[in-house]
Amino acid sequence: MNDSQHLSSQFDEDLSRLRTHVLQMGGLVETQVSGAIDAYTTGEVASVKSIVETDRKVNELEKAIDDDCAHIIAKRQPAASDLRLVLGISKIVTDLERAGDEAKKIAKGVRRIYEAGHMPSQYGVGIRHLAEAALAMVRQALDAFARMDGERALAVIRADNDVDVEFKSIIRQLITHMMEDPRTITTSIEIISIARAIERIGDHAKNISEQVIFVVEGRDIRHNKEAIK
Amino acid sequence: MQIHDQPQLKAEARNFNFFYGEAQALKKINMPIYDKKVTALIGPSGCGKSTYLRSFNRMHDLYPGNRYEGEIRFFPDNTNLLSPEVDPIEVRMRVGMVFQKPNPFPKTIYENVAYGLRVRGENNKRVLDDKVEQALRGAAIWEEVKDRLQDLAPNLSGGQQQRLCIARALATDPELLLFDEPTSALDPIATGAIEELVHELKKRVTILIVTHNMQQAARVSDYTAYMYLGEMVEFGKTDEIFIKPKDKRTEDYITGRMG
Repeated sequence: MNDSQHLSSQFDEDLSRLRTHVLQMGGLVETQVSGAIDAYTTGEVASVKSIVETDRKVNELEKAIDDDCAHIIAKRQPAASDLRLVLGISKIVTDLERAGDEAKKIAKGVRRIYEAGHMPSQYGVGIRHLAEAALAMVRQALDAFARMDGERALAVIRADNDVDVEFKSIIRQLITHMMEDPRTITTSIEIISIARAIERIGDHAKNISEQVIFVVEGRDIRHNKEAIK
Repeated sequence: MQIHDQPQLKAEARNFNFFYGEAQALKKINMPIYDKKVTALIGPSGCGKSTYLRSFNRMHDLYPGNRYEGEIRFFPDNTNLLSPEVDPIEVRMRVGMVFQKPNPFPKTIYENVAYGLRVRGENNKRVLDDKVEQALRGAAIWEEVKDRLQDLAPNLSGGQQQRLCIARALATDPELLLFDEPTSALDPIATGAIEELVHELKKRVTILIVTHNMQQAARVSDYTAYMYLGEMVEFGKTDEIFIKPKDKRTEDYITGRMG
């Protein structure tokens, strides 16, 4: 990344505001994800409502940031690192918004399980661990963006593999449950979609990190297993 | 694959230095010019890009005290354009030039284009008619002027004058065309017409263009060279220079962070 100032201080301000908004949006998504995990473990169904409300703010921010990106491209014709930053941000916000949606899905699933009179944490042992790993990925991806740190972003991408492996093992475990006791099927299906949402959050964190690497280094490492070794 | 990617050389600067009297304006320039490609020279004012461009048709010979060192090789014949044995008039037949401000001669449209051919000794009317039409068509101005070839060129609009100057340069069938900020005096529509023309022209001629408009360099060129303080800082494919330049100085210039 280039830390020197532009001749146009207005341009510097535009870009720095853009970055601030992304971090703000990232902060909101992070609280959505951690709120969803808490709801899952503690049964605080009240927090579900606030997660859904936060989602509205996240959506608004996504639109505002996209709009800012369009304005910067139209007015400034950014090049090189500036261009990569604007392009990267316009993709990062899409992934952030979708991660927020997944958190909302988790929260709603948790509420349905409680309302049916079950305790989700009794099922799907390991969900909490999986969720914490995904949350850590989101945090680190945002951290990598804030510091424009390609190494940190690469670490997030590598971590995604562990989350995927853990997700598969949870699914196997739930299938066993369902075969042993068909009465658990309804709840188990809910838990599977929760696990799926968590795994997707990890994927979004990975996508964000790929964009951070593009912004910092100009390398497109998507769909390239060699690049992350 | 690699072989097809690498275009042929049309010219190459080798350890090229240039001096205005005592002052060294260009320092050890090494740079390829690829055949039938557009190469853009960018850099802040005073970086030497126009000086460099003008060396290709020996324009500096017109003033005493100017001095070249090193070589500019021209292919396929491997001539050193700077060699004292090479006649600058011959060089200018092979290397055409279009300036910042359109500078038609105070003559008719027809005579402007025919001028270079007449200098070469061509006086056959049928040949001249034919070449003038070809050049005007090549410069995408034929349709606009074909019914008034005997009008005075300075009465054309700025954009038309510039295309006429391109036609004049094309008339002698040059192998390399030099453009020194060809659109800086034109409005956006006339600029668009010239850029479109550059795109057409590169099918048959190699183009070297100096521009202050970074977006223009990005739009029209295949290769870009960034010059600063008389040095060639970075040369590369335009796509790479504008997305991921290697040198911090290039990055600072194209992102507007100079100074």
